[in-house]
Amino acid sequence: MHDITENILELIRRTSTDLPSDVEKHLRTSIENEEPGSAARGALETILKNVTLARKNATPICQDTGTPIFYVHYPEGMSTRKLKEQIRAAIAEATKRSYMRPNAVDVLTEKNSGNNLGGESFPYIHFEEVEGDELTIELMLKGGGCENVGAQYSLPDSRLGAGRDLAGIRKVVLDAVQKAQGQGCAPGILGVSFGGDRGAGYLASKEVLFDKMDEGNSDPRLAALEKQLTDEANQMGIGPMGFGGKTTVLNTKITGLHRLPASYFVSVSYMCWAYRRRKMTIHGNKVTFD
Amino acid sequence: MQEINIPISDDTIHGLKVGDPVMLNGIMLTGRDTVHKWMIDTFIRKTREPQGDDLKVYEAIKPLLNKSVIYHCGPVVSGLDTRHYEFVAAGPTTSIREEPYQAEVMSHFNIKGVIGKGGMGPKTLQGCKDTPGVYLHAIGGAASYIAQRVTRVLEVFKLEFGVPEAMWVIEVKDFPVVVTMDAKGQSLHAVIQERSSKVLQELLVK
Repeated sequence: MHDITENILELIRRTSTDLPSDVEKHLRTSIENEEPGSAARGALETILKNVTLARKNATPICQDTGTPIFYVHYPEGMSTRKLKEQIRAAIAEATKRSYMRPNAVDVLTEKNSGNNLGGESFPYIHFEEVEGDELTIELMLKGGGCENVGAQYSLPDSRLGAGRDLAGIRKVVLDAVQKAQGQGCAPGILGVSFGGDRGAGYLASKEVLFDKMDEGNSDPRLAALEKQLTDEANQMGIGPMGFGGKTTVLNTKITGLHRLPASYFVSVSYMCWAYRRRKMTIHGNKVTFD
Repeated sequence: MQEINIPISDDTIHGLKVGDPVMLNGIMLTGRDTVHKWMIDTFIRKTREPQGDDLKVYEAIKPLLNKSVIYHCGPVVSGLDTRHYEFVAAGPTTSIREEPYQAEVMSHFNIKGVIGKGGMGPKTLQGCKDTPGVYLHAIGGAASYIAQRVTRVLEVFKLEFGVPEAMWVIEVKDFPVVVTMDAKGQSLHAVIQERSSKVLQELLVK
């Protein structure tokens, strides 16, 4: 395999500076729902100006370039050790070029590593071998503000009257949105998983955010709940930035995991409007970006 | 839209109310989690002895913060190797993490404005009344846009805290914010919190 550090660097640049078109489309549509002259509409207008500017100048959409989360789907026989080295080299170079903010802080010494490399866990890289001879690398940049308002519930939850069923899931997710207020940089996108253990639940709630916004859920029950949650979250009037308004959540994605008989977790990952995720595919010498 | 020049007078502060859009001009400092904790521990509650250049930095930032503004921001900065610093991306960070410290920091340094996102709680609202000062909400995530309103980086203190956590002294022109907590004790965040809580209660019994 040839060295793909440069290609990964380009993937990082695109992810940090060029908001995906499905996200931008949803933001543009939501503007029409807000009153002319309102703070909510003003916020959305500024957000869209920023999106255009960041793309034009190749500067980060948001200064919090977040935790880099890589999902690598590699063909049989490819060296994951080399891929990891190249990803890490690309991340350090992207930091030097100001596509990324130095974001890896040693939790004990408080020292920022300065290059976004920190131990084995930063950046986060997940490897999965796939059939065929195509390599795909997905990258998500998830900022700290929205990560901080994520939540996990253990059902049943008597405070919210939430049982171990879809109706219970609905209640705890709405609670999470109300608690988040504008602090996760609303309008947000909800990644929800139910089942699993605590660790698997949170991971799945992020993985589901790699999907396109308009890709419907293949399970009609979950598709209906996704729509209902987006609609009801928007009834709470939190609005863009928490200024009040109709646009609090742009979209909801739900996935289920097998669980232990004793456990029923609902994990919510809140994604800010700066919903940065991109995919690169390498087939032979051909490199394509989504 | 109202333009406000830093330094800011008490009269100007008393004239501001929740919902007012404002354009800021002048010199302000960035400061977030590490800076607030350092200020509180070293100079305000004094639970930690000053170390290294702490006292020198303290003397340097006092006049800069007096009647000025602190911005909850961890920027992306270019020119780190040449020290010709420029802000590349500089949106606000979530302010509520500074809730335990903010009111004391405002009053100690006579800070008139706190810029951030997501709003703050009752302690800071009281701080806004007492100092007096206001909380100014910037648009979260609009980092490239806001960076263009930073005309100059004058200085940086405590770069050893890391680029996001350092205190950057910046000059801004037409920096757009909205007043969401004022010196009269009004908070847009408290209103939205209460209203959304009511709707949630209705939805939960459905």
